[in-house]
Amino acid sequence: MIKKTSGSSGRLFQLSIVLLCLILTAVKAEAFCGFYVAKADASLFNKASQVVLVRDGDRTVITMANDFQGEPREFAMVVPVPTFIGEDQIKVVNKALIDHVDSYTAPRLAEYYDASPCVSYRILRETSVRLDGMSISDEFEAGPAENFGVRVEAEYTVGEYDIKILSAKESDGLESWLRQNGYKIPNGATEVLSSYIKQKVRFFVAKVNLEQQSAMGFNYLRPLQISFSSPKFMLPIRLGTVNADGPQDLFVYALTRKGRVETTNYRTVKLPTGNEIPPYVTTEFDAFYTSMFDRLVERENMRAVFLEYAWNMNFKCDPCVGMPLAAADLRELGVDWLQLSANGMGRMDYFITRLHVRYDAETFPQDLMFQETADNSNFQGRYVIRHPWQGNDTCEAARDYRITLRTRQEEEARMLAAMTGWDISVIRNRSGIGQSTEFRERSKERSWWDDIRNWFSGD
Amino acid sequence: MRLTEIQQRLRTSDPRYFQIASLSLLTIYGIVELDVEVQLQWAGLILIACLLTQWLCTRLFKLPTFEPRSALISGLSLCLLLRSNAWELVILAAVVTIASKFVLRWRGRHIFNPTNFGIVVLLLLSDQVWVSPGQWGSAALLGMFALCLGALVVRRAERSDVTYAFLTFYGLLVFGRAWWLGDSWAIPLHHLQSGAFIIFSFFMISDPKTTPDSRAGRILYALLVAFGAAYVHFVLYQPNGMMYALVASAALVPLINVLLPGRPFEWRVRAVQSGSLPLRQRQVRFTLGNQV
Repeated sequence: MIKKTSGSSGRLFQLSIVLLCLILTAVKAEAFCGFYVAKADASLFNKASQVVLVRDGDRTVITMANDFQGEPREFAMVVPVPTFIGEDQIKVVNKALIDHVDSYTAPRLAEYYDASPCVSYRILRETSVRLDGMSISDEFEAGPAENFGVRVEAEYTVGEYDIKILSAKESDGLESWLRQNGYKIPNGATEVLSSYIKQKVRFFVAKVNLEQQSAMGFNYLRPLQISFSSPKFMLPIRLGTVNADGPQDLFVYALTRKGRVETTNYRTVKLPTGNEIPPYVTTEFDAFYTSMFDRLVERENMRAVFLEYAWNMNFKCDPCVGMPLAAADLRELGVDWLQLSANGMGRMDYFITRLHVRYDAETFPQDLMFQETADNSNFQGRYVIRHPWQGNDTCEAARDYRITLRTRQEEEARMLAAMTGWDISVIRNRSGIGQSTEFRERSKERSWWDDIRNWFSGD
Repeated sequence: MRLTEIQQRLRTSDPRYFQIASLSLLTIYGIVELDVEVQLQWAGLILIACLLTQWLCTRLFKLPTFEPRSALISGLSLCLLLRSNAWELVILAAVVTIASKFVLRWRGRHIFNPTNFGIVVLLLLSDQVWVSPGQWGSAALLGMFALCLGALVVRRAERSDVTYAFLTFYGLLVFGRAWWLGDSWAIPLHHLQSGAFIIFSFFMISDPKTTPDSRAGRILYALLVAFGAAYVHFVLYQPNGMMYALVASAALVPLINVLLPGRPFEWRVRAVQSGSLPLRQRQVRFTLGNQV
């Protein structure tokens, strides 16, 4: 009897929130998107790379971000590229651009405050995590140059980088050349380099030009961008797995015309979304996200790529964790097909896909191959926090509310435990909901229908 | 005694029931376990569209009986492979798939595997459909599951030679390429462990109605499909190589049948009912072979 009453009032309450949202949307769409309150600046994933991948037909623009922390003179990168890259196809872009794409697409937390069941109002806040930390580098020592059958097809200085485009006939020669020229090539790279050479791949190699860097005054390394035309829609990850001590994380932000990007040679799995979790997670959202991600990776035996965000940019974000990319920023990243007016207004006919993959040589033996699908439906990793109402009112609705609240809090705790693998008793303590006798009694009254519903809703 | 009776029954029953059961299981596994974008309502839409088209075409072409089994197989294969957000395109795919059996015929038989044809036509006509080859994952478990079910299906459908020949040729190409590149065996193994590849090898290429009549012809056919698929994948760097290669090779089947003639295939049950002697003989031989 009690359950019946509480269920219907709970539904009524949810319905009222939905209705209120609809009203707010109609009145002021911007407000509904909410506003950005905080971001976690901590480096969440230690060995992570970030790549913005713009693809339009055969044209590809890859922007590779790194926040290499060591001495700039020790920085070097080797990237297999499918074609020759001319100087005008290389750019150095502002790191803030990638940070912007990252924060815009990051999994988000939507906070709701339960209204007084006696009076209705609602506040919405969002928090997002920002991802930092990447290193695609090899140490190097300067030494005398020798040929080794390697052809330096071109040499450029772009921004703070000295860049060479190499082609080679033998992997041994290339390896020796790279070592001679200060690129520390890990043992075991020969096999991978040889495979790339036979596939007629060229190598884009970059080091920091210290003079240029000090002249420019940057104290960090800006992302490098290359553009080329090739039917290959892929990212080479094999070289990076050769000497990796443990799995690495890679974030791919794909910007395309039509729809969601997915991997064709690995499963692409959506992040769980829409789950309600205890309010205390607000202050620990990064820990929640990393634990949840660890668990997902474990569940998929580290053999899947995760879809964290997919959004048709003609739709408003909901909830927003920042401003959408400006037209100039999009052009800078390689999105050049938008028909925008001089003031940057017009249709935003592009689609963002955020993929997150944790990989090592064993579980991801092949490079990542992509395809753009026609799926332009929106998806986001979004988690919901509902702060309980703390009032003292004693109206009938308030009594019903207090009855349902306890069940809801327990469900939130269980959801969090299931998603993150955290200890349920710790979660209960942190949420301030010890396993009371009253609850145990009432939980026995849960019907088979509740169990089925819970099973479908996540755990 | 009872077991042998059941076995006997299974052997003489229409192998398409096994196919329907296997494909249904895979579809359900896809929906429930893999969370692929096959939704129950879409699967229903495809199946209804396939059956309706089959029924309409049966009336239109004045065929004596409505045959839902093959239409169901085509529909289930579509559910497993085709993805789109536009319901009208999904229905169009179902219509093209089934209608192709009635329209594109040569010497009394349809030319293309219906599902394969429907998917390729839609892929070429519209940019709003796609095939997700990676969505079936590389889990060895799924591979084995599909393999076992698939093996059963092709053995029952009596055209297992195409599948085995294709697996051999394509395997040789993929492993040969890895050997030439000096890649570790993990790469070709990963390539072949794809669920989509297994579904294709065991459920599509083996379609007995569209494969050449003679064994030599079928082996040549498998070779063509394998080379075509590898060409699209490794040279053109495009997805869905197998789909395109199968359509192109199927168009050559009439020519292969002229060059390497053989006995046309009929579904066994219908053959028994119509009293076709050669097929009845084959059925008996098949049964005896299994008993020995």
